[in-house]
Amino acid sequence: MASFWEYANPVKFMRLSGWLMPLSAVLAAVLIVTGLLWGFFGTPDDYRQGSTVKIIFLHVPAALMAINAWAMMLVASLIWLIRRHHVSALAAKAAAPIGATMTLIALITGAIWGQPMWGTWWAWDPRLTSFLILFLFYLGYIALWSAIEDPDTAADLTSVLCLVGSVFAVLSRYAALFWNQGLHQGASLSVAPGTRMDWSYKAPLYLCMIGFGLMFLALVLAGTRTEIRARRARALLTRERVRA
Amino acid sequence: MIALLVRDLRLAFRAGGGFGLGLGFFLILAVLVPLGVGPDPQVLGVIAPGILWVGALLACLLSLDRIFALDHEDGSLELLATSPIPLEGVVAVKAFAHWITTGLPLALAAPVLAILLNLAGPGYLTLIASLLLGTPALSMIGAFGAALTVGLKRGGLLMSLLVLPLYVPTLVFGAQAVTRAAQGLDGSTPLLLLAGITAGSVALLPFAAAFALRINLR
Repeated sequence: MASFWEYANPVKFMRLSGWLMPLSAVLAAVLIVTGLLWGFFGTPDDYRQGSTVKIIFLHVPAALMAINAWAMMLVASLIWLIRRHHVSALAAKAAAPIGATMTLIALITGAIWGQPMWGTWWAWDPRLTSFLILFLFYLGYIALWSAIEDPDTAADLTSVLCLVGSVFAVLSRYAALFWNQGLHQGASLSVAPGTRMDWSYKAPLYLCMIGFGLMFLALVLAGTRTEIRARRARALLTRERVRA
Repeated sequence: MIALLVRDLRLAFRAGGGFGLGLGFFLILAVLVPLGVGPDPQVLGVIAPGILWVGALLACLLSLDRIFALDHEDGSLELLATSPIPLEGVVAVKAFAHWITTGLPLALAAPVLAILLNLAGPGYLTLIASLLLGTPALSMIGAFGAALTVGLKRGGLLMSLLVLPLYVPTLVFGAQAVTRAAQGLDGSTPLLLLAGITAGSVALLPFAAAFALRINLR
């Protein structure tokens, strides 16, 4: 059986991602389009919130991926630090801007929904605040990657930052909870019994969530492939220069 | 290690610039805020804990790049890395020296500035206690940020981008403790949490910072 670690080999990774990337991209497109169309046109309006509730089909998947992207970066950083697989470090690098964008989407869609519902674009609510802080963490991580020239040094330092940052991001989350009582509702989806949401909403929402997950996968694969190709190009250029 | 501490302190006192600069910044901030928001004592009293804590945090940030940058430039950091003291110890000592030259004076000067900002009476003791408990964490987290960016040409700005988000929990608990105490409530819960953050950072971050330094010295 092929081990997961085989894909630390860039050639094998390129071969696998060569078909996995377009496949997940197409699947993501299909799922997101279906989920959004179903969500926007095929669900009833909410009793109190009217049709504004339908922004949930963008907001929740984006927020989900914003957090999961950081978790994925954490795992990839650990793999890089422990096993020194370059593909892993590059995947973490590729995931950061996507995660930052997802955080931004979650914040902006939240603001658009909050304006009519809460009567304000922004409130210093713990959830909103922690997301803003998460966005700052993403910015710092991306800035550190772009500031260091040597790729291995950059990978090492950003990995350490990701590890330490994760701890402090969790701490900030609880600090924010301690700091202010929330306006944001509790979790709408939960594995615990006693569901709060009807299936007519849940089904398209799940479609969108899976679609966003696949979209994230496709984008990370595309980003990692670009990084690998850029490295190859750089190596070829260096070889040319040495020969000349 | 004591020799290293004494050397760092001596450098900070004699070389000028580093020591006192943070204090001066803190003072200017406490003067500028009333000029910005207006002299209403009630408003100032409400925002005083936050202003003092943010001021302490920024004053701390100002001098962070001095922790490693000068030693990196003249090569003594390499010597320290090859010395018999473990690099983790070097980091801890340097963070401690940074705390003595910035955190400690800030904590002692804060009550004076709190008078300027009209902090309510019961808040003073907690203000000193929270700064004494919290600034070691600021120095230690800052040492980690400085270790990450030590090799970079323009590390200062990048370091503030990296370090400030890490300061969030410390700031929240510190300012909360003072706010609660100033309102006559019990501020011990945030103080304990603050102490927890300090203890955790002092215990764990030297390892992360030393790891980052080793990579930067490679």
